[in-house]
Amino acid sequence: MGLEEYKGVYVFAQQVDNEISGIAFELIGKGKDLAKDLNTDVTAVLIGSDVKGLADELAAYGADKVIVVDDPELKDYRTEPYTHALASVIQEYKPEIMLVGATAIGRDLGPRVSARIHTGLTADCTQLEIGDFPINPIPGKEQLHNQLLMTRPAFGGNTIATIACPNHRPQMATVRPGVMQKAPKTEGAKAEVIEFNPGFTPDNKYVEILEVVKAVSDTVDIMDAKILVSGGRGVGSAENFKMLQDLADVLGGTVSCSRAVVDSGWMPKDLQVGQTGKTVRPNVYFAIGISGAIQHVAGMEESDIIIAINKDDTAPIFDVADYGIVGDLNKIVPALTESLKAELAAK
Amino acid sequence: MKVVVCIKQVPDTKGGVKFNPDGTLDRGAMLTIMNPDDKAGLEAALRLKDQYGAEVTVITMGLPKAEEVLREAMAMGADKGILVTDRVLGGADTWATSQTLAGAIRNLEYDLIITGRQAIDGDTAQVGPQISEHLGIPVISYAQNIKVEGDSVIVERQYDDRYHVVKAKMPCLITALAELNEPRYMTPGGIFDAYQAEITTWGRANLVDVDDSNLGLKGSPTQIARASDKVRKGAGEKVALDPTEAVNYIVDKLKTKHVI
Repeated sequence: MGLEEYKGVYVFAQQVDNEISGIAFELIGKGKDLAKDLNTDVTAVLIGSDVKGLADELAAYGADKVIVVDDPELKDYRTEPYTHALASVIQEYKPEIMLVGATAIGRDLGPRVSARIHTGLTADCTQLEIGDFPINPIPGKEQLHNQLLMTRPAFGGNTIATIACPNHRPQMATVRPGVMQKAPKTEGAKAEVIEFNPGFTPDNKYVEILEVVKAVSDTVDIMDAKILVSGGRGVGSAENFKMLQDLADVLGGTVSCSRAVVDSGWMPKDLQVGQTGKTVRPNVYFAIGISGAIQHVAGMEESDIIIAINKDDTAPIFDVADYGIVGDLNKIVPALTESLKAELAAK
Repeated sequence: MKVVVCIKQVPDTKGGVKFNPDGTLDRGAMLTIMNPDDKAGLEAALRLKDQYGAEVTVITMGLPKAEEVLREAMAMGADKGILVTDRVLGGADTWATSQTLAGAIRNLEYDLIITGRQAIDGDTAQVGPQISEHLGIPVISYAQNIKVEGDSVIVERQYDDRYHVVKAKMPCLITALAELNEPRYMTPGGIFDAYQAEITTWGRANLVDVDDSNLGLKGSPTQIARASDKVRKGAGEKVALDPTEAVNYIVDKLKTKHVI
């Protein structure tokens, strides 16, 4: 069949423990922009066990349709049954675009699905738009319209590339969490709900989950924080992070860190910002004792205000900071906390 | 037991990247290393060799120069090295790369295939899962611990807020995280032997069950529309102040921006 028969923007609505992940709403938000340009609608694909009740929430964030694949085999994420579910939905409904979150689930599911249905997959996209391919006309080559142009960082964030998938459908992308904006929530919105079950027959590819071990963490997800007080190797020790925590507490913020801090065992991995950690865009990002390696900057440069404190005036973090202070963090941070306490008490 | 490890020679992006005047990457001017996640995968395989006498074969796809990482792997203790290189394989995206590696691996006996989670040049994390799909075997991505038990592997599979302990029957493909282990160093004897050792070189003709339409640039569904050096937001103000002035400066900025 022709590529033009593939219609609609589909997003994988990731859920974990029957709770929809934030990335699902972000994908719907972006999907609506793309669907508007293509004059089509957005379908969320919800896969799990006993998940049908979550469809309304997807509708509230803007999904026009929800396809539900509900089966006991789909309780916890496993590559094979989820691949079978999503690949079957694609083969049955033929979307032109399929978006998946670039999470620890989506970065496993996306490649396996794209390999099964033979299409291209662009990883970890930070920008998606509809446009022409080639972008500028080339004599002797047909310029295709209404293509999904997928932009992503590569080489550790040193370059950006825009990728198209002109001759295969759907055009598939995984999208970095925290980059796209959710659409506003409309309570009471309804979507057309379609139940679909391709049948699940366990074979050698179905692995067995022996145990699910959840990280013990009562901290706020750093991707949701409005103010982040982030520390790097320059903080010096795990104990010194207390200083950052005090500052965060005064401002109602959250502590995060660079990769060096995780590698040193001072802070847990779920607080790491950067290429191999999380992408954050808070209102204020304090970079304290962080040199600003390109892999770190890639995860925080979209923050509204970046305030850097570092004793090395050549640190690359100053190249992206709105306000850079060359100085001793051990003196500045505690004094700043005290000063802010006084300011806020006076209000 | 037989283990195949897929490794890649990558530019060392930690040292920054260098560009040609036309904006393309100047690979010749950059140092190359064995991709860190792949090295952890190789170390995991070598531990299976230490424990169970597993035979470890390393395979890489790339330019003839990529032979260097095979020799490095053999100096660490791998038994055999296979270089897959051919002009018709150039310009491959992850679909075409995974087709190529799967086509090469079909020549080999294996219980376990280990790849790195992702390479630091492309960062896609796609080739491992795609190879497993082409070969019709299970995949366990993001492995932070690997154990063998009879004809099965038991793997701790990392997620964002948890890990699963997963059991799969071999043959199986695992993608390794750099955090998995601390890779060993090459030994002087190993280096000597590795530089004497014979490397097997395969081209297009050696790939099994792969159609030409799935190889190289022509067989790649994704195409580059545009590539550029990243444009970064410019630097703002930078001031050197004593602690008291610094505090006043920050508080003033937070007020101006209505944060407090």
